[in-house]
Amino acid sequence: MSAEGISTFDLIIAGVGGQGTILASDIIGKAAVKEDMSVRAAETHGMAQRGGSVVNHVRLGCELGSMIPLKGADVLLALEPSEALRYMEYLAEDGVILVNTEPILPVTVTSGLCTYPDIDEILSVMKEEREVKAFNATDLAKEAGHPQSMNVVMVGAVSNYLPVSVDTLLECVKELVPPKTVDINVRAFEMGRSVTQG
Amino acid sequence: MVKREYMLGNVAIARGIVEGGGQVISGYPGTPSSEIIGTLAGMKERNFYVEWSVNEKVALEVAAGAAMTGVRSVVTMKHVGLNVAADPLMTLAYTGVKGSMVIIVADDPSCHSSQNEQDTRRYSQFSLIPCLDPCTPQEAKDMMPYAFEISNKLQMPVIFRPTTRISHGKSDVELGPVNEDMPAADFQKDLERWVMVPKNARIQHPRLLELQKDILEELEDSPWNVLELSDSSSVGIIASGIASVYAKEAVLKQGIDASFLKIGTYPVPEKKIRTLMENTERIIIFEEMEPVVEEQVRIIAQETGSDVEILGKIEGPVPRIFELNTDVCADVLADVLGLERSDVPADRGEDFDYDRCRVELPMRPPVMCPGCSHRATFHVMKKVYGKNAIFPSDIGCYTLGIQSGTVDTTLCMGGSITVASGMYQAGEKKPICCSIGDSTFFHTGMNGLLNAIYNKADITVTIVDNRTTAMTGHQPNPGMGKLATGEQTTEVCLETLCKSMGAGFVETVDPYDLNKAEEVFRRAKDYKGTSVVITEQLCVIDAKRSGIRRKPFTIDADKCVGCKKCVYLGCPAIEFDVEAKKASINMMCTGCGVCDRLCMFEAISEVKK
Repeated sequence: MSAEGISTFDLIIAGVGGQGTILASDIIGKAAVKEDMSVRAAETHGMAQRGGSVVNHVRLGCELGSMIPLKGADVLLALEPSEALRYMEYLAEDGVILVNTEPILPVTVTSGLCTYPDIDEILSVMKEEREVKAFNATDLAKEAGHPQSMNVVMVGAVSNYLPVSVDTLLECVKELVPPKTVDINVRAFEMGRSVTQG
Repeated sequence: MVKREYMLGNVAIARGIVEGGGQVISGYPGTPSSEIIGTLAGMKERNFYVEWSVNEKVALEVAAGAAMTGVRSVVTMKHVGLNVAADPLMTLAYTGVKGSMVIIVADDPSCHSSQNEQDTRRYSQFSLIPCLDPCTPQEAKDMMPYAFEISNKLQMPVIFRPTTRISHGKSDVELGPVNEDMPAADFQKDLERWVMVPKNARIQHPRLLELQKDILEELEDSPWNVLELSDSSSVGIIASGIASVYAKEAVLKQGIDASFLKIGTYPVPEKKIRTLMENTERIIIFEEMEPVVEEQVRIIAQETGSDVEILGKIEGPVPRIFELNTDVCADVLADVLGLERSDVPADRGEDFDYDRCRVELPMRPPVMCPGCSHRATFHVMKKVYGKNAIFPSDIGCYTLGIQSGTVDTTLCMGGSITVASGMYQAGEKKPICCSIGDSTFFHTGMNGLLNAIYNKADITVTIVDNRTTAMTGHQPNPGMGKLATGEQTTEVCLETLCKSMGAGFVETVDPYDLNKAEEVFRRAKDYKGTSVVITEQLCVIDAKRSGIRRKPFTIDADKCVGCKKCVYLGCPAIEFDVEAKKASINMMCTGCGVCDRLCMFEAISEVKK
C-alpha cells in the first residue's frame, strides 16, 4: 500500500504496446496535478513499445521517485489479462486488480511457440491472492463506439478508486483524446465507471 | 500562483532549455533522449535554431561551433552517441567555449532500449568537463538555466546526464521565467584558443587542469548538492542523481536515522563528503551504474586518513549492473543495518515466481509491426542467401529481425557494413548480406559502405529504407526531404549516393513485391564486389498516419492446408489454430499482402467490402 509521507495512491497500469497505456496514465496524472497533487510516473518508451509487454507506474501525492516498490501498489489496472498476472507482484496484498478480460495473443502464441493460458485460470489464480474485478473492457469500448477507447473504459473503471474527482478526470479525458473521439471516450469512461461502482 | 504542468522529463528538459535561453540546439535521436529536440522542433513559436543532425559527432560540432560565436547551444544524444562524438568532446575541453554549451547525454541503466549500460559520468572524468546529474524532472528543468550560466562563467561546456527514469518519467513541474536575452553570434579570432595544433594544445591542457579547482569550487555549493547531518546516527548515506530519490524513499519507509548527502554534480562536492566522513563511521553509496562517486569517496578517505567504512558497488553490496530502485536500496540498507524488511516477502527472486501461480505466461517480446516491410525484406534475404549465410545487422526497428534469423550481429550504429566487410576480408566463404536502416546509413553507415567498396568487399548491403527514423519515434532524416521542424529541404537520393561512392550494383525494390525483390537479391548475390539493394517501403506507422488505407486480408479456411508458410513470417496479424491446423488473419492486418503472395494454395485474399 502507498505509505504515508511517501505517496497517497500508487497505481500500476499494465498492458501491451499499442493499447494506449500512456494515454491512460496521462489522463490520471494530469487530473491529479489539476487538483494540486504532486505526481510521479514512469513509462515504457522505445523498443519495448512495439507490441511488447508494457507497464506504467503512476504515483499520486508523491514527491520522490516514479517507481512503485514491489507490493506497493493500491490498484493494478490491467488492459490485458496475462499482463495483469505478469505485474501482480507490484500489488499490495490488500490491493485490487481491475482487469480487461480480452486477451491479445503475443507472436510467440500466434506462431505456435507458446500457449496462452486459459482466461478463467488466470482469473482464478489472481482471485486466490487478491481482490479482482474482471470485465471485458474491449466489448464495452465497442459499445461506446470504438474498440480503441478501451483504455478510457479502464480509466473510468479505476476512477472509483482514485483520490481525484470524476469531473477533473472527465475534463482530462476530453483534453487528451483526439477531438473527433470525445463523445465516444466520454461514453467509454462512464461505462467503465459503472462497472466498478458499488 | 506558480504554474505547474504535468510533463515528460524530456519535455521538462526542453522547457529548461527555453527558460535558459538556448539558441542553437542540435542532436541525433536515441532513446531515451529523443523527445527533447522533438519538443523544441514542434513548438509553434521559436526564437532558437533546432536541427536533427546526421549523427552525434556532427551534432556536437554544430553546437560547439555555435558556442564558439558566443551564443548558448545544446546538443542531445543517448549515452552511446557520445562514443561517436568523443573525438570533438575531448578537444573541446581544451578549447572551451565562448558563449555556453550543454551536452545532454541520456543514460539507460538496465538497457531498456540500448546495446550497453555505459555511464556518461566516466566521460566527464575522462574529458575533465563538469557534469550535472538530475534527480527528478523538476530538477532536470531547473538545472538547464544553471548549466548555461556556469558554462558561460567557466567558459567550458557542461555535460548534463539524465537517466531513463528522468527522461521518460512524468511529473508535475513548476515553470520558471524565460530568459529572452539572447547574445548575438560574434566569432572572435583567437588562434591560441581555437586552433588545436600541438603548440596551442600544450598551452590549453595545463589551463584545463588548472580550471578544475574553479569548477570544483563552483559546483560544491550549488543547490544540487545537499547535506543533511543527523546528530544521532553514525550512518551516512550518499546518493547521486535519481538514486537519491530511491534511497530517500527506502530511508523513509524503514524509518532509518542517517545522515544523507545528495549529489548532483561532478566533480563531486569534496568538502561535503569530508564533513559527512567526519560525522559518520559507515557510509553507504547509491548511484546509477558505475561506482564513480564511490571511487572519489575512497580517494578522499585515503587522503584524509579516514577509517570510515565505505560500502558501495566495488565490493558490494550495491549491484553494479542494472538500474537501482527503492527495493534494491531498501534491501541493501536492511542488510547492512540488520533490519528486517516486513513489506516484501523474503523469498522473492529477480523475477516473479510463476510456478506459485501455476499458470505459465507466454513471452511477449517486442516485435516488428503487422505489415512492417522489414519482415518482407528479411524473408527474401533468407530465401536468396540461405540459412548458412551471415547476416550482420545494425541498430533500428529491423534489429527485431533477430526473431527472423536475419540478425547475426549488432554492434553499434553503422556497424553492419563494416563487420560484414571484416568477415569477408577474414576469408569467410559463406555468403554475407548485411542490413542497415536509412537513418543509420546516413549516420555512420555511409563511411562503412565507402570502405567496403574501396577495399573490394564482396558483400551485399541491404538498406532497409522505411523513409524515417522509426525506432526512436519517426524523426526525419536527409533521405526524406524534411527538416526537424517539418520544413522542406533537399532530398538525398540513396541510390545516387551509393553509386557516387563507386558501388557497381545499386538497385531499389519494393520489398512487398516478393518476386521482384527475390530477383534483385539473386543478381546482387551473383555480383562480384559490393552490391547494394535498397528495399524501399514506407514505415507502416507513417503510412497509416499519412492516410494510406490498404484493405486487410483474410484466409479461406477451406483452402488453408495448415502449411504454416505465412505463420513463419512472424506477423502478429497471422494466427495459427493448432487443433484445427488452420491459419487465420486477425484485426491487426494492415494489408501489406505479403502473406498472400507467399501462399501456394490461394487461400489468402483481400477482404471484399
